[in-house]
Amino acid sequence: MNTTPPDTSSQPVIEVNNLVTYYGDQKILDDVSLSVAPGEIMVIMGGSGSGKSTLLRYLLGLHRADAGDIRLFGKNIDTLSSHEWMEIRKKIGVSFQGGALFNSMTVGENVRMPLREHTSLDENTIKIMSRMKLEVVNLAGYEHLMPAQLSGGMIKRAALARAIVMDPGILFFDEPSAGLDPVVAADLDNLILRIRDAMPVSIVVVTHELQSAFKIADRITVLDRGRILMVGSVEEVRHSDNPRIRNLLTRTSEDEPVDVDGYLQRLTEGAMRF
Amino acid sequence: MAAEIHANRFRLLTEQVGRKFVAGVEDFGYGAALLVESVFWLLAGRWRQQRVRLSAIVQEMMDIGVQAIPVVTILAFANGAMMAMQGIYTLRDFGAESQVVSGIAMSVTREFGVLIAGIVVAGRSGSAIAARIGTMQMAQEIDALRVMGVSPVRYLVSPILAAMLLMMPILSVLSDAMAILGGGVISVMELHINLDTYTTRVFSELVPGDIFQGLIKSVVFAVLITLVATGNGFNASGGAEGLGRATTRSVVLCIAAIVVADMVFTFFLSR
Ligand SMILES: Nc1ncnc2c1ncn2[C@@H]1O[C@H](COP(=O)(O)OP(=O)(O)OP(=O)(O)O)[C@@H](O)[C@H]1O
Ligand SMILES: [Mg+2]
Repeated sequence: MNTTPPDTSSQPVIEVNNLVTYYGDQKILDDVSLSVAPGEIMVIMGGSGSGKSTLLRYLLGLHRADAGDIRLFGKNIDTLSSHEWMEIRKKIGVSFQGGALFNSMTVGENVRMPLREHTSLDENTIKIMSRMKLEVVNLAGYEHLMPAQLSGGMIKRAALARAIVMDPGILFFDEPSAGLDPVVAADLDNLILRIRDAMPVSIVVVTHELQSAFKIADRITVLDRGRILMVGSVEEVRHSDNPRIRNLLTRTSEDEPVDVDGYLQRLTEGAMRF
Repeated sequence: MAAEIHANRFRLLTEQVGRKFVAGVEDFGYGAALLVESVFWLLAGRWRQQRVRLSAIVQEMMDIGVQAIPVVTILAFANGAMMAMQGIYTLRDFGAESQVVSGIAMSVTREFGVLIAGIVVAGRSGSAIAARIGTMQMAQEIDALRVMGVSPVRYLVSPILAAMLLMMPILSVLSDAMAILGGGVISVMELHINLDTYTTRVFSELVPGDIFQGLIKSVVFAVLITLVATGNGFNASGGAEGLGRATTRSVVLCIAAIVVADMVFTFFLSR
């Protein structure tokens, strides 16, 4: 819930149309469509295994879509040349579910890495810029530590500093609060809001934490077993009477219809072969 | 019934062989693509504002080459000494033990010097590289590189390839020298010649072609070890156990690849 309403009139920075994806024979995402406006915080919410991280991987161009298309900054990512991809990737920051810091480098080197690779700034400027970002995430003074020496919350913040060091137009954040205690998780939520207020960036946050989603989202996309249940504002999701969303909100497990034949087949599978 | 089971088994077997074959062809294609891309970055990276860093190459040269020097030295020396002993004892029956010097000179420079260097590098770096890249793959560090717009091949493979191409020939020349020295020490003791005579004899036997043959092989080994080790790293999956499997597979395949390649080259180059 934010005071400044996002500017939805201009062209969306992310646009997904009818995305369908498979891992092997298994359909993971089915007919997913969504769009993210400039400056908007979009939260992708859903239970474990619903395909949130997968959606993120496709948005990042790490896999090719089996059907449908994805546009970043108005450009269809399937048709980009490698040079155009490079330009777009400089405008994207990502914090992965596990942080994905480079384990062989210090925190400072991790944060400086994108600047080193993509700019021709001199070493001092790079140092100062990276320290500014570490300051933003409250990790000033920790730049000489190795990732293995950080706590879970610090890893997420370091990964966030690395993700915003190039001042990206889109920031992707997978599970900012998973595995953290409520206080640290709330800190991270505030941090995300601060970043959005400090710079012109659209933020896509993947989470299964309701509280965090309601706190930071402008809009929420609810994903369930690879399908979109609804896209709406915090209030709309909160008051939705879709039973599956209500289950998610009230944390009741889904009442799966019992499939006796399927159950027996799974138990005996392979047991009767020669 | 029994016939049916047999038929079934046979079908499964052929299916497995087929799958293995397809996987083999895929691996080959993957390796070729990896080679092309890493060479591309080495040559053209500068123009794309994506240089392969010299510091990274130097670092790899230390890890792959310089640190392998002690092991290569010991193994090559011991091997040369053993060849001399075997040669002298077997040839003594024919009274031809003095021929052992030329035997050592040729077989070491053409064959065993480079093979020893190759096996040492395969054993040390084949596992270390696969483990390092495999760990990065599982911790999503490779994905992080890609979304940052840093090509993992340029960042990780190109420096290794460059370092291998520079260090393997150097290591094989070192290995040649050490093996010849090892053979020399035994020859001096058994044949009662002095080291000077031995050295002169060695160099009078050698033609540049012998050394050249070893060097060509060392370059081929460099490429093979790089591709097998990095490829196994990138394709690692399945947690700690998967990492162990990828590492083992990498070493075994590296050694198998260089021995088979060595045989093929010897077949064509020794004619
Ligand atoms: N590399 C893969 N190969 C095969 N299947 C995969 C792979 N990665 C994910 N899956 C499957 O895709 C589905 C969605 O996984 P995903 O990681 O997107 O879930 P998620 O919503 O992010 O869950 P969580 O909240 O636990 O992170 C799962 O059923 C998972 O088994
Ligand atoms: Mg996930």
